[in-house]
Amino acid sequence: MSTLLIIEQLLNGVQFGVMLFLMAAGLTLIFGVMGLINLAHGSLYMIGAFAAAAVAGATGSFGLALAAALAVAAIAGALIEMTVIRRLYGKAHLDQVLATFALILIFSEGTRWLFGSFPLFLDIPDALSGPVTLPGGIQYPLYRLFLIAVGLLVGLGLWALIERTRVGIQIRAGENDREMIAALGVDIRRLYTLIFAIGAALAGLAGALVGAIQSVQVGMGEPVLILAFVVIVIGGIGSIKGAFIGALLVGLTDTLGGIFLPELFKLFMEPGAATQTGSALASMAIYILMSLVLVWRPTGLFGARA
Amino acid sequence: MGQNCAAGPVAINSSITRDDNIRENQMKQLLMATAAMVIGATSAFAETKIGMITTLSGGGAGLGIDVRDGFMLAIGQSGRDDIDVVIEDDQQKPDIAVQLADKMVQSERVDILTGIIWSNLAMAVIPGVTAQGKFYLSPNAGPSALAGQGCHPNYFNVAWQNDNLHEAAGAYATSAGYSNSFILAPNYPAGQDALTGFKRTFEGGLAGEIYTQLGQTDYAAEIAQIRASGADSVFFFLPGGMGISFLKQYADSGVDLPVVGPAFSFDQGILQAVGDAALGVVNTSQWNKDIDNPTNAAFVESFQAEYGRLPSLYASQGFDTANLILSALDKAEVSDADAFREALRAADFDSTRGDFKFGPNQHPIQTIYAREVIKEGDVFTNKIIGVALENHGDVYAVDCKM
Repeated sequence: MSTLLIIEQLLNGVQFGVMLFLMAAGLTLIFGVMGLINLAHGSLYMIGAFAAAAVAGATGSFGLALAAALAVAAIAGALIEMTVIRRLYGKAHLDQVLATFALILIFSEGTRWLFGSFPLFLDIPDALSGPVTLPGGIQYPLYRLFLIAVGLLVGLGLWALIERTRVGIQIRAGENDREMIAALGVDIRRLYTLIFAIGAALAGLAGALVGAIQSVQVGMGEPVLILAFVVIVIGGIGSIKGAFIGALLVGLTDTLGGIFLPELFKLFMEPGAATQTGSALASMAIYILMSLVLVWRPTGLFGARA
Repeated sequence: MGQNCAAGPVAINSSITRDDNIRENQMKQLLMATAAMVIGATSAFAETKIGMITTLSGGGAGLGIDVRDGFMLAIGQSGRDDIDVVIEDDQQKPDIAVQLADKMVQSERVDILTGIIWSNLAMAVIPGVTAQGKFYLSPNAGPSALAGQGCHPNYFNVAWQNDNLHEAAGAYATSAGYSNSFILAPNYPAGQDALTGFKRTFEGGLAGEIYTQLGQTDYAAEIAQIRASGADSVFFFLPGGMGISFLKQYADSGVDLPVVGPAFSFDQGILQAVGDAALGVVNTSQWNKDIDNPTNAAFVESFQAEYGRLPSLYASQGFDTANLILSALDKAEVSDADAFREALRAADFDSTRGDFKFGPNQHPIQTIYAREVIKEGDVFTNKIIGVALENHGDVYAVDCKM
């Protein structure tokens, strides 16, 4: 196993991590500030991808497709917050899970009704397609570098929003004591809608970006949602920084585990059985990571409360 | 708290009147249902009831919809109005498929079941159904467990045994002169069968063999391994969305080794989503729209006219399944199980694949073709470029004792 391969895999892990971060950021904000478990976050990811595929199909422009993904997901997010989610804040988590699970079904079948059952086509724009040669002779897809860059920029933007703006102060205050900031005259309903729309837009952006290299199909959001939950549990609920570190950890563990565990087992098993056992263990790796983190820090890496 | 107490008595009062209404309604419904049953019983007397359990929602719905549409096209074309098809969605979940099968056998009293797409669902449903004396005709899944020792006189597979297309891919890769192949499949029974099937017929060496996660969407890590492995070709079995993701990422990675795979990642339903990335890829299938026989030509044309899209191999399998049932119904009543079984075994129908016959384990013996992905106008589709395996059965048939 050469150094080049290892560096390429590290890049893959980081790229997977930053895309998970886009999903997890919204989820952790919504959970941290509003105390809401939103299972329908994966549907917003799917909505973003479908909006992008539809717009890219109609106009041929990837930039417009990304804009559409952001806008449609944000609008969808704001709409479901105002019509459904708003009624759930005071309810038990089980009610929230049931209601947002219903939203998954509604969005999945609604999307099928609009777009049909077959996967849609969304491709990488020509300007970003193909591999580039990095220093050291590594051939790496340009689009994946673009994904890393976008993810880092969004992370930076979120940090600035939360640490440096008035809305950010309100969000942080809402996380700590929502009655108090309502008493101080902040329109908490508008703040919640805003946070939900931001989270939804980020999920939609992730869906559109990833949709270009994956399959745009109904149900594409749910597997990512599970990983995003793992990320926020590791990072600590409500913490953007935690979501970022957690996402990178999960991305790297998942990618590197898939490569190195089978290799490790090959040292003392015959190759066929080693790949099978290794890949079975690799698919558990992130959950093992999560349990280890929870043993060490029960509130997650950067979590304030359990 | 106070609100609840005040609302309590009101709620009780209203629920009493509501109960009365419900009872009245129930009585009416019961009477109507009884009347309907009396009327229905006379006309339903000679009807054949077919239960179709297939995947119509979720990520795998495209396959089930194609099977259903192909099946219903054949039923419609037969002009018979004494066949009643009950269609239910299994949501790609084994537990739901089992519940539906129980319901169809016990309360709907169907004679024949069909429709299941996925091998894990097939394993959950088929043994129970055939044990109750019903017929099951598989339009897609062909798990090895049901082809060997687990074969059953009432179970017919109209599509293929799971290993078949992979064996054909191995045979094609050998004939194409590949000597060092990198192979990958998801880590689940059908994925393991796939790699086993490929290795059974591939005579070259393996540059690498990996199992990916089921439902995995990112293949960057695997593609990096392929690049580093020094392979001269790649074989993959990644059905549905997994294949779309793999092919798009593979095309973008700059690795340009030839790719071979079974038809499942190149069927008509998903090719448009893969786009240019699939062009030129060779895949193996027992059916293609350019197989030259009148039945197939008529099928492709009428499917397109009816549904406004090109049929996939799944649609052809649904169509063949329905025509097989129709051919057997022409010879025997389902109630005469032995005669009906013989009629099915004879497979005396015009298949879209040309000649069609069953092996001793009631799985097809058929020719499997190598196809290449091409672009016809704006539409991506497949073209047959040669025969991968001729009159191919399966290795499990010898274990089947019927």
